[in-house]
Amino acid sequence: MPFSSLSEIKSRLDAGETSAVEVAQLYLGRIAAHNGSLNAFVHIDPAHVLAQAEASDRYRSEHDAPRPLEGLPIAVKDIFCTQDGPTRCCSRILEDFHAPYDAQVITHLKEAGAVLVGKTNMDEFAMGSSTETSAFGPCRNPWDIETIPGGSSGGSAAAVAAALTPAALGTDTGGSIRQPASLTGITGLKPTYGRVSRRGIIAFASSLDQAGAMTRTVKDTAMVTAAISGHDSGDATSVESAPVVDWLGACDVTDMKGLRIGRPKEYFIEGMDAGVRASVEAALEKCRELGAEIIDISLPHTKYAVAAYYVIAPSEASANLSRYDSVRFGHRCDNPEDLLDMYTRSRDEGFGSEVKRRILTGAFALSSGYYDAYYLKAQQVRTLIQQDFIKAFEQVDLIATPTSPITAFKLGEKTDDPLTMYLSDIYTIAVNLAGLPGLSQPCGFVDGMPVGLQWIAPAWREESVLSAASAYEAATEWHSRVPAAFGSDGGES
Amino acid sequence: MSWEVVIGLEVHCQINTRTKAFCGCSTRFGAEPNTQTCPVCLGMPGQLPVLNTVAVDKSILTGLAIGAKINLESRFDRKNYFYPDLPKGYQISQFAVPIVEGGHIDIPGKDGEKRIGVTRIHMEEDAGKSMHEGLEAVSHIDLNRSGVPLMEIVSEPDMRSADEAIAYLKQLHQLVRFLEVSGADMEKGQFRCDANVSVRRPGEPLGTRTELKNMNSFRFIKQAIDYEVMRQIEVIEDGGKVVQESRLWDSVKNESRSMRSKEEAHDYRYFPEPDLPPLRVSQEDVDAIRAGMPELPGQLRRRFETEFGLSPYDADVLSQTRELASWYESLVAAHPADPKRCANWMANELLGRLKEAGKEIENSPVSAESLAGLLDRIADNTISGKIAKDVLDAMMESGASADAIIEERGLKQVSDSGAIDAIIREVMAANPEQVEGYRGGKDKLMGFFVGQVMKASRGQANPGVVNQRLKELLKG
Repeated sequence: MPFSSLSEIKSRLDAGETSAVEVAQLYLGRIAAHNGSLNAFVHIDPAHVLAQAEASDRYRSEHDAPRPLEGLPIAVKDIFCTQDGPTRCCSRILEDFHAPYDAQVITHLKEAGAVLVGKTNMDEFAMGSSTETSAFGPCRNPWDIETIPGGSSGGSAAAVAAALTPAALGTDTGGSIRQPASLTGITGLKPTYGRVSRRGIIAFASSLDQAGAMTRTVKDTAMVTAAISGHDSGDATSVESAPVVDWLGACDVTDMKGLRIGRPKEYFIEGMDAGVRASVEAALEKCRELGAEIIDISLPHTKYAVAAYYVIAPSEASANLSRYDSVRFGHRCDNPEDLLDMYTRSRDEGFGSEVKRRILTGAFALSSGYYDAYYLKAQQVRTLIQQDFIKAFEQVDLIATPTSPITAFKLGEKTDDPLTMYLSDIYTIAVNLAGLPGLSQPCGFVDGMPVGLQWIAPAWREESVLSAASAYEAATEWHSRVPAAFGSDGGES
Repeated sequence: MSWEVVIGLEVHCQINTRTKAFCGCSTRFGAEPNTQTCPVCLGMPGQLPVLNTVAVDKSILTGLAIGAKINLESRFDRKNYFYPDLPKGYQISQFAVPIVEGGHIDIPGKDGEKRIGVTRIHMEEDAGKSMHEGLEAVSHIDLNRSGVPLMEIVSEPDMRSADEAIAYLKQLHQLVRFLEVSGADMEKGQFRCDANVSVRRPGEPLGTRTELKNMNSFRFIKQAIDYEVMRQIEVIEDGGKVVQESRLWDSVKNESRSMRSKEEAHDYRYFPEPDLPPLRVSQEDVDAIRAGMPELPGQLRRRFETEFGLSPYDADVLSQTRELASWYESLVAAHPADPKRCANWMANELLGRLKEAGKEIENSPVSAESLAGLLDRIADNTISGKIAKDVLDAMMESGASADAIIEERGLKQVSDSGAIDAIIREVMAANPEQVEGYRGGKDKLMGFFVGQVMKASRGQANPGVVNQRLKELLKG
């Protein structure tokens, strides 16, 4: 294990004990050694990484104060458009796509002095919970390479968990940051919808998508989230008056005195893994020891969240993915006979089966005669779920739940059973439907596989989840565990 | 038995903004293909729309001008269909809640004005242009127009003839130009019309309608509607049924042909555009737009009639455009003594000359102040109206002032009775027989003498004084 956290690298850099180039070389070495077994990265340009690190070292030598992420390596999911290198969303349909622009969050990272490490693997168009639908092959979980790392930001999660990068960006539409963070034993935060600009992030479901940080510690998550947040006049859903507090300061909290934590009964259900339940119950007991009051609450419409999500997200996706028509960019079939043939064959060849399934589901839900029964009904359910949370937050400051009902499953185990796969997002989806901030952090292990604890706060109260998670992290050791094959002993093989 | 024609119109009117509806690209017409595009209007991955608020304000202004309700919260929706000139695969439009609802446009009719209801005005973005002609095995696409803001103005089925439809379109066309919300240049596709046409026996429920698509000249629209009415009547009278379908007018063959029937109609799968929050405008904003609304053509026409005593014809001519009306008002301001003379000279003399020269009032070589200078000289009898027309010709030519031309050409009218008496005596001396004749009772000869005197004065004698002095001196 080279460094325990992004914060540690930062303080070593600030103290002059190492350089951005040294740090970059170290991680490039680990990627070269381990990416073959994990398939966490789908694009790496070592020369470009070193050039950024050299530029950062130069900046540091020429300026009095370093920038907030000066010289810190950060990997990004293949869903973020970058001027450097390809942006393919792990789909064949974007096989030759190079974006002529950076996503707004990429611009933020560059301006903060970060060194962009490369593009990480993901489910195609972020549609999946296991990073198995990627056009570049599945990504693997560093805790057991026979299992999946979760998804859709599985590449970012695996890369952070195996310390191939100290931090990564993911996106979260229905749990795609939190669920893989949970399954790989790292920390990940989906900010409040509207907190982070979506401009330049390839859209899956526009009303749910939100980018966020995936790191080894809560403070690292706070540091990266602070760098990528902020109003963007180029994104009409980015909120102008979002309250900003000192998130790094919020991470200095070590107890939970006076904190009222809600424990929603609908999240502790039959069918969840007994070991997961035990880990999360133990975590709540730890919170009580730290001074929190655990209050049983109800979020009665939780059981409809998955159904509503699988109408709304595919509906939006069916329109968002119409632009991949092979006319201006992207994969085009050979020798199309006519326009219709070009459309159908290019899209048939370019999209994988899960993406096609969602486009069809969405187009069906929006079609004339079905719109009211599906799309409109799902939107009504969404409103009820939002109201559930508003009501709950009259009683409690935060809500704590499991992030996933199960730990990482075997590769291929659920690929033929999409409905079971969809249920692995059962605890994360409602948070997206309500637009709330949600954080997952490690809270135990079952048979050597990590378990995640999810924190949910009212909109714009990221500091509240960061404080609680920091206090829990300070009192536990889960976050410092490293998968054996990728630790300092077995790491530099 | 007679047939009643029922027509409703949908007009796509380009809102004249500097930049597109959802990005910063220029809307200038006629640029090289695909030079006015950016990642947003090209539908590139991850790109997001940002609403142009000028388009919103102009839509609201149009709504206020037709007495409509402005929805303080409206919404954008995605209209989904695949076509190569639609980069995103959906058009951002307003479907469920448009910004403007209700309203009306009054058209002139046989029995006074007729009120045509407007159902709604909604904002949307234009698609690009596909080009197939003269190309083999390929099509070309120009996306300069992609994302240009449009208003779709939908009428009630209140028109009962092609003539009424044209009258409505002309009123609407004049209105949007007057409000400066659209250039409405039909040749540039800035004002396009779809017509829904059906026929029925009077008193019966509405017949099956067909939709005539995408017409961009008043003449074609009238031809297409007349053709469609005849076609439908023939179909029904031959025992057939009108099929609900879209039809395209062929202006070369002077006939329409079927594009697609209802069975093949698109399911556009409309749903709320998640990239744009609901559009909220405040009542204060609406009130401010209302306060800045210019006088409308009808209001101007009535004011010109009552305030300046103009004939309905002159008032109508001078209220056709905002430029004409304000030019006329400048003219009256500079020549306040006689607004009717101002109207006569502007409507009949100046506009005629401009039309011949192929010029608009905005680039008239004669300014309102300059024309007022000419009218002043008529009013103070320096020149006659007849001479003034020649002076105006010269002013059009050189841009010089009336006074300069009168001076230079020595056109000053002679009103001095002594000078005129001298000319009259010369004329009488040269025409003794006519003098005899007049004195013998041939009153008609007066015209002859006036003509002779004017001729001898090279047109500069004041005709009034000439008449009066002739009567006196011919008495003998």
